[in-house]
Amino acid sequence: MAALTLSQIHKRFGATEILRGIDISVEAGEFLILVGPSGCGKSTLLSMIAGLDQTTSGRIHIGERDVTDLPSKDRDIAMVFQSYALYPNMTVGQNIAFGLEMRKVPKAERLATVERVARMLQISHLLTRKPGQLSGGQRQRVAMGRALAREPKLFLFDEPLSNLDAKLRVEMRAEIKLLHQRTRTTTVYVTHDQVEAMTLADRIAVMKEGRVLQLGTPQEIYARPATRFVAEFIGSPTMNFLSVQRSGQGLSAQGFELPLTEAWTAALRNCPAATLLYGLRPEHVRLAAEGLPGNLSMIEPTGPDTYLTVQTAQGKIIIRSPGDLQARVGDAVHLQWDPQSAHLFGEDDQLRIG
Amino acid sequence: MSRNTPPPRRLSRPWHRYLLLAALLLFAAFYLLPLYVMLSTSFKSMEELRQGTILSWPDKPGLAAWAKAWSSACTGTDCSGLQPFFINSALMVVPAVACSTLLGALNGYVLSKWRFRGSELAFALMLFGVFMPMQVVLLPMSQVLGWLGIASSIWGLIFVHVVAGIPSTTLFFRNYYLGLPEELIQAAKLDGASFWQIFRRIVLPLSTPILVVTLIWQFTNIWNDFLYGVVFTGADSKPITVGLNNLANTSSSVKEYNVDMAAAMIAGLPTLLVYVLAGRYFVRGLTAGAVKG
Repeated sequence: MAALTLSQIHKRFGATEILRGIDISVEAGEFLILVGPSGCGKSTLLSMIAGLDQTTSGRIHIGERDVTDLPSKDRDIAMVFQSYALYPNMTVGQNIAFGLEMRKVPKAERLATVERVARMLQISHLLTRKPGQLSGGQRQRVAMGRALAREPKLFLFDEPLSNLDAKLRVEMRAEIKLLHQRTRTTTVYVTHDQVEAMTLADRIAVMKEGRVLQLGTPQEIYARPATRFVAEFIGSPTMNFLSVQRSGQGLSAQGFELPLTEAWTAALRNCPAATLLYGLRPEHVRLAAEGLPGNLSMIEPTGPDTYLTVQTAQGKIIIRSPGDLQARVGDAVHLQWDPQSAHLFGEDDQLRIG
Repeated sequence: MSRNTPPPRRLSRPWHRYLLLAALLLFAAFYLLPLYVMLSTSFKSMEELRQGTILSWPDKPGLAAWAKAWSSACTGTDCSGLQPFFINSALMVVPAVACSTLLGALNGYVLSKWRFRGSELAFALMLFGVFMPMQVVLLPMSQVLGWLGIASSIWGLIFVHVVAGIPSTTLFFRNYYLGLPEELIQAAKLDGASFWQIFRRIVLPLSTPILVVTLIWQFTNIWNDFLYGVVFTGADSKPITVGLNNLANTSSSVKEYNVDMAAAMIAGLPTLLVYVLAGRYFVRGLTAGAVKG
């Protein structure tokens, strides 16, 4: 049975449509990530699950209970905010205990819970401090502690790592993952960071302009992106696109015949589109003795990998090579790839073919 | 300090500094002069005053004028000094300031964090109250006080000051609360806190700066008010400002400047005291919007 079900969620502010019919169901214990660019409606959707915002139409169920019209406090959820929203006037211990206190949990039990949660997050030594005296990472932990203390049915995270520096972000990301593995609380997590989405999620919902473009496991989304937008959004450096025309059974880009698999050829037979986009992930293209000719125009070493920008007659292509590459800017190179790793999208509707 | 380090910048061009300092001292002296004259006069005897040396230091400083102003100077036909007026003002100012501040905080909390349809309109209408001339309310208010049966009493005056103060206290608190992060309130809602619990446990404890500003503002306004004090009170409920006016206007054979000055000081001291005690919060509160956090 689903732990959280969103059915046909719409949200309008006057004439602007923020959400245009969202249908998602989250299994118990699942970690769902809503990802998308700013303004895609992901945070609004999270607010509506939290009960901080009203739906224009559509229903929200937590378990079997319809919570659409219930206030936040009756939904049995806990949320970690982007700004952490710790109560500045209370100590860390009081912050963690506040939700329990409001729910009239006896004091002894409250203290025990605070102890337990603090030990789990390694903040026992901070319990008597005020939030103003904590570092960013510590505040983040306290915010998580406050959410954990209540043992809610549902955890909501609203871009919880975006206020941390890069190193701490990676650390806290790992901790959130460990925490979820330990507690197995159903979680909905909003982020605009595709790496966070890929590393944390059981399933990802990629959103744009108030719609879910694709909902699937990180592997599905990476390997078979449903639209050009999803393909571009997930993966770094971003996917390369060549604008291609049909030529007979196959496809060509500026006179270059592109390699295709049997399956592609079959899919193309049923496809009316005349111009298409041929997508290649940087990690699937390699330098070779022959293939698509081009000129090396930029080299960006990152250590383990080196990103190469190759100028071809068909357009710019970025490839990801091993770090120990010997090459110089200006070299004439040839590019090769396995046709199975390519992606095809319609030029007009931007949807995946095959 | 070692020889190699350059001298601090503030010493490098001293004449700039001295000029600035001199100008500041001049202005300070200019504004402090009346206070000095009031104080020194109040400690002089009538004998000394007749010599006409207004700026001189008192020869034999004494508290006689203060004692007379407090307990035996004549205000009209009654000669018991400012004492009863002072007590009236104190009895009036404490509940009036407390009520108007608390109601302002509550209004501000609702108008900033619990918006409802028409709350902006309600706030705009309330703003009218800030700019409304006091004279406009005199007649309708005396009618209302009559209906409520609290005309010509301290209670009536308290009521008037509370009502008249709410627009500005609401404005103060509402603008301050706009700076409180929305997520704080949302987090409290998710934690299960009610409207009142959020107000009492989270919003009020974070209000110290604006609370102090409002307290000072309301205290000064209400303590110094003359118009309402004269219009809405009876013979035994007049505030200190009215007492001071009556004292200064009661004609006797000689004008006792030292008593007048002492009386004026007595009337002004409480606001001065409040400002000295809480002034640093006042400045901090006024700039609180600029540096959040």
